[in-house]
Amino acid sequence: MTALLIAQIVLTLFVFFMLLNSAAVMVYVERKVAAQLQQRIGPSLVGWKGVLQPLADIIKLMFKENLRPGAADPLLFALAPIIAATCAFAAFAVVPFGADTTLFGLVPGGLRLQVADVNVAILVVFAVASMGVYGIVLAGWSSNSKYSLLGSLRSSAQMISYELSYGLALASVLLLANSLSLTDIVSRQGGSWWHVLPRWYVFLQPVGFLVYMTAGIAETNRAPFDFPEAEQELVAGYHTEYSSMTFAMFFMAEYINMVTVSAVATDLFLGGWHGPLLPESLGWIWFLLKVSAILFFYVWMRWTLPRYRYDQLMSFGWKVLLPVAVINLLVTAAGVLYFGL
Amino acid sequence: MGSELLLFYAFGAIAIVASLLVIAQKNPIYSVLLLIASFGALSGLYVLLEAPFVAVIQIIVYAGAIMVLFLFVVMLLNAPHEDTEHDLHLHPLLRGGPLRFGAALAVALIVELGWALTKDGGEAGAFPGGAVTSVSAIGRSLFTDYAFAFEVTSILILVAMVGAVVLARREPGTK
Amino acid sequence: MPDLNQYLVLSAILFGIGTAGVFLRRNSITVLLSIEIMLNAVNLTFVAFGRALGSADGQIIVFFVMTVAAAEAAVGLAIVIGLFRHRESLNPDVFTTLKW
Repeated sequence: MTALLIAQIVLTLFVFFMLLNSAAVMVYVERKVAAQLQQRIGPSLVGWKGVLQPLADIIKLMFKENLRPGAADPLLFALAPIIAATCAFAAFAVVPFGADTTLFGLVPGGLRLQVADVNVAILVVFAVASMGVYGIVLAGWSSNSKYSLLGSLRSSAQMISYELSYGLALASVLLLANSLSLTDIVSRQGGSWWHVLPRWYVFLQPVGFLVYMTAGIAETNRAPFDFPEAEQELVAGYHTEYSSMTFAMFFMAEYINMVTVSAVATDLFLGGWHGPLLPESLGWIWFLLKVSAILFFYVWMRWTLPRYRYDQLMSFGWKVLLPVAVINLLVTAAGVLYFGL
Repeated sequence: MGSELLLFYAFGAIAIVASLLVIAQKNPIYSVLLLIASFGALSGLYVLLEAPFVAVIQIIVYAGAIMVLFLFVVMLLNAPHEDTEHDLHLHPLLRGGPLRFGAALAVALIVELGWALTKDGGEAGAFPGGAVTSVSAIGRSLFTDYAFAFEVTSILILVAMVGAVVLARREPGTK
Repeated sequence: MPDLNQYLVLSAILFGIGTAGVFLRRNSITVLLSIEIMLNAVNLTFVAFGRALGSADGQIIVFFVMTVAAAEAAVGLAIVIGLFRHRESLNPDVFTTLKW
């Protein structure tokens, strides 16, 4: 049991704990930001300025009765939220969030702030995201109700369609970085051009960044692509029949998927933990700031833009986003060949 | 290392048990889900064989795309639980003669496999050093030595897409 | 450290299970699933031999096998859907006449 092994285990538990916290924080942030955008106050009664509101929500959800419709398939009904939540957590396992540290000299020989350093990390994120579709499909099917089934089929068709553009945006970054490992990609984004513009890939790949963010929003079923969950159209889509902790698991899975997409976008396009002024070992602060900026952008979009209708959503994904992603890949390939990057 | 052998047995057991349950289950949705579990175990075996690219591609393509297609078709057709008495009567192979012949063939196969694998000599033995794990080496080989096959598979996928759409389409004018 | 023999035995067992599924099950979709099991067993053999010979060719052939399996699953399922629309049954023994 070397110090490094203990530090790894503690790091894994810490990441898990922080992801759970991030879901709770996102609940509060979403409601407060929505309130500000709608010129009202939002939660303000529970704790100072409503900060304890997520705690109240979680306690309420835990005390609710866990219902299951009589005609539902019991095994699949129980399995679906487990798959959704597991895939949401697992995708974050390969995302690095800080430079190698020695934890104030406790751990000799740097501890990388990443749960698992795989040299095909981007593909692992993609793979786990495509497994997340099963949680939704099984939730809709096993509920044995028409709203759930419609919502889940629409949602899974949407997720599968936007996975293509997601993958092509990833491939464009791959061309620039020449490596599939997220740590390598972040380390190539250190430094700056002419001491003023940081070497982030968003400046080399603006279209790729837009494609990735759009596909990411569609993958996580967030507005304006949240037709399958829309309250006005489908009661609540695939999680209509779920209550109490199983509903909380779907809820949590959605927020953690958002956090993962933001974290991967930060690593791929916004330079990860590199930033001015702070030393490398405190880079995780920059990482947190960038991820928070993207999450704020997510929430802002939800309460500003109207929702796409389902056929508009699918036609956008196949007829607009996919050609743009392919052309972006071709132009990137031509650029890499010409400029010899 | 003992841990690798242990992982091999664990993944192998999961793959075999899941595959057996796939062909034994009556409910087709459970069959599809068990096959996904089997693919996950196979992906673990590929990682043990130091082929991480194939492992991840297995999850993305097989477990994440092909099985979703199967699941959608099972849901679309609302595939009923089968193997009623009527279906078993129609079965051409579950009769006395074919069953005995099949059992004899299976015994012959197992004996032959055991003999072949316990002989000395041949390719068996521990893996030599030097595995190709980097994706760039695979990509390089794919686009130079196997470039023709790569292009042909892209046409194959196009043909399959068009074929699937045409075959599954309702004739215009009918219900 | 498992050696090549053990991977080959595992692959042979999986292939046998897949073949048994093709012969014994009377549901077209389960037959297609058994074919996928067989293809995966073959993939495992290719990767194991590729590792034993120290070359990337095993993994590349697996790449092609997966592509072809995807195409074949898509077309096979489209055919199953067409057949189901005609006779409302997934049992291959029901389709005994050459007439549509």
